[in-house]
Amino acid sequence: MKLSDPYRIAYQALSASRLRFFLTVLGIVIGVASVILVMSAGASAQRLILGQVESVGSNLLAVLPGASEEDGPPAMAFGVVSKTLTNGDLEALRDGRNIPEIVDAAGYVTGTAIAESDSEDIVASYQGVSASLPNVETVKVESGRFFFPDEDTRMARIAVLGSGVAGKLFPNGDALGKVVTIKRIPFTVVGVLKKRGSGTFSSTDDIIHIPLDTAQKDLLGIKYLNYARAKVGRTEDVDRVKTEVYRLLNQRHDIEPGQEPDFSVRSLESTLDILRSLTNVLKFFLVSIAAISLLVGGIGIMNSMLIAVNARVREIGLRKAVGARPGEIMFQFLLESIIITLLGGIIGILIGVSFAYAASLIIPKLGYDWQFLVPLSSIGVSFGVCFVIGMVFGLYPARKASKVSPMEALRYE
Amino acid sequence: MLIEAKRLAKIYANEGIETPALLDATFQIDQGEFVSIMGPSGSGKSTLMHILGLLDRSTGGEYRLEGRDVVSLSDDELARLRNEEIGFVFQAFNLLPRTSVFENVELPLLYDRNSAENTKERVMAALKSVNMEHRASFFSSQLSGGEKQRVAIARALVNNPKIIFADEPTGNLDSKSGLQVMRIFQKLSEEGKTIILVTHETFTAEHAKRILRMMDGRIVSDESVANRRFADQENMLLK
Repeated sequence: MKLSDPYRIAYQALSASRLRFFLTVLGIVIGVASVILVMSAGASAQRLILGQVESVGSNLLAVLPGASEEDGPPAMAFGVVSKTLTNGDLEALRDGRNIPEIVDAAGYVTGTAIAESDSEDIVASYQGVSASLPNVETVKVESGRFFFPDEDTRMARIAVLGSGVAGKLFPNGDALGKVVTIKRIPFTVVGVLKKRGSGTFSSTDDIIHIPLDTAQKDLLGIKYLNYARAKVGRTEDVDRVKTEVYRLLNQRHDIEPGQEPDFSVRSLESTLDILRSLTNVLKFFLVSIAAISLLVGGIGIMNSMLIAVNARVREIGLRKAVGARPGEIMFQFLLESIIITLLGGIIGILIGVSFAYAASLIIPKLGYDWQFLVPLSSIGVSFGVCFVIGMVFGLYPARKASKVSPMEALRYE
Repeated sequence: MLIEAKRLAKIYANEGIETPALLDATFQIDQGEFVSIMGPSGSGKSTLMHILGLLDRSTGGEYRLEGRDVVSLSDDELARLRNEEIGFVFQAFNLLPRTSVFENVELPLLYDRNSAENTKERVMAALKSVNMEHRASFFSSQLSGGEKQRVAIARALVNNPKIIFADEPTGNLDSKSGLQVMRIFQKLSEEGKTIILVTHETFTAEHAKRILRMMDGRIVSDESVANRRFADQENMLLK
């Protein structure tokens, strides 16, 4: 038997029953396409979620007032107002002599109030932030400028608007130089920020930024910070700097060793880890659902091959009568089911990838930062799984074929 | 001696009940003989042919092919012997559908482990010996019954086997095509091929030189044909 003969026989057999062949391949195509699509969508969704967190900066440390468990929610989340984080703490963090790895730090206070422009009045969130904010977070100014450092201490009554809130207050555009009134205090708009997209995390689009001191004294009447963020020069230093921050603030807050601190420090990295493992679980969950359709496709192959064996029992008998060994018959049928799965696999990968690509064209139009990602592993896995399915589900029919008696060729109906 | 059968038996055992299909078959067939195995249905003639053709295994007795004990051979060795030493012609032709005449005849060569050489020449020579070389590229479905059986004979010949087994080869044919097929067998016999023909018709059986008559699983007579028929002459009468 020549090497090419089994392929020729398989080709003839498959082209002889095109509809059955097509439907069986279709089962695999659907299975593989859905696995690829789900794996790709999972990777893109994970990238989106992690990207939004990372856009805040993966080398950020958050300092929160009040004690909290490392993995639990901060005390703030329960509505507990802690006054333990002060402007003094912020200055200590910013002071390069204390922790040189910290590039800069910013303090935050937040509130909600009615904001009025000449024509509109809306309920808006405002944020009192240090002028150092752009050194800590990625804040991009669309027009105008951000605060100058001295405006922090000068109690300047100026505002930098998020793009969304700017549009709402000044529907005719050009907010620069206009006045926004919050709690009857007029703020001159000096800048408008770039649109950041509908991120789930910390979107600045709908926030009115005002200088920290102004917000604390004029609007809120408080002397503490809601939270602070510190940017560490290098990501690998984050964990060490976290310990340093604990040491520094423990000292400032007179916390004895062994005593529970009245603040907590969190790195974004730990948040990312949690999100990564969550999204991974979600990915595997989705892939396993898609894999069920691949399994169904495999059962389809088995079914189809069993029908083929029954339909071709005389042909098999004849081949054996003229000298085909059981192993050769088995190989030929196994080859057919592997051809079906591999062909289905290739088409399925193409369809899955094109669907994922189509999704990457449509979803960004809905405002999400959706990337076209097809993990190479998903293609490798699909191909491998196809081959295994072809073998596993083809094996039983092929064995059955190999056991057909050559006397079947002589049976005359 | 080409075929030596000694007390050959086939007994089917089904849930403790034994059904004998072949009993006590003892005979010899020489190289070049033309033998008919004849008997009504259920007489065991097909069972005997299956065993002689290495399609089935006996449950008792001895069977030597060219002096070689074949009872103990493995399935793979039997397949190789069928491929090299034996050709089959079936009542229902058993050509592969949607496959060309050429490819049908080529089939045994696909499973020939010795030579993948000059396939084309061998197929065409086999087709020529049954006067079907002009139909090589036809599909099997485009042929008449007689033509199909001639292609099937070419398939049986392509590996140049020693023995041809024919199982009711004229059963599906009109009398003219049937005679054509018998003429081919007689010609092959003259060229030295051993031919074993299974049939229930006396007319067909009498084209052979020798008839083994069977009844209820036993060989009841084994004699030469006194007035042998020759397909050549009958063919002329039909015309």
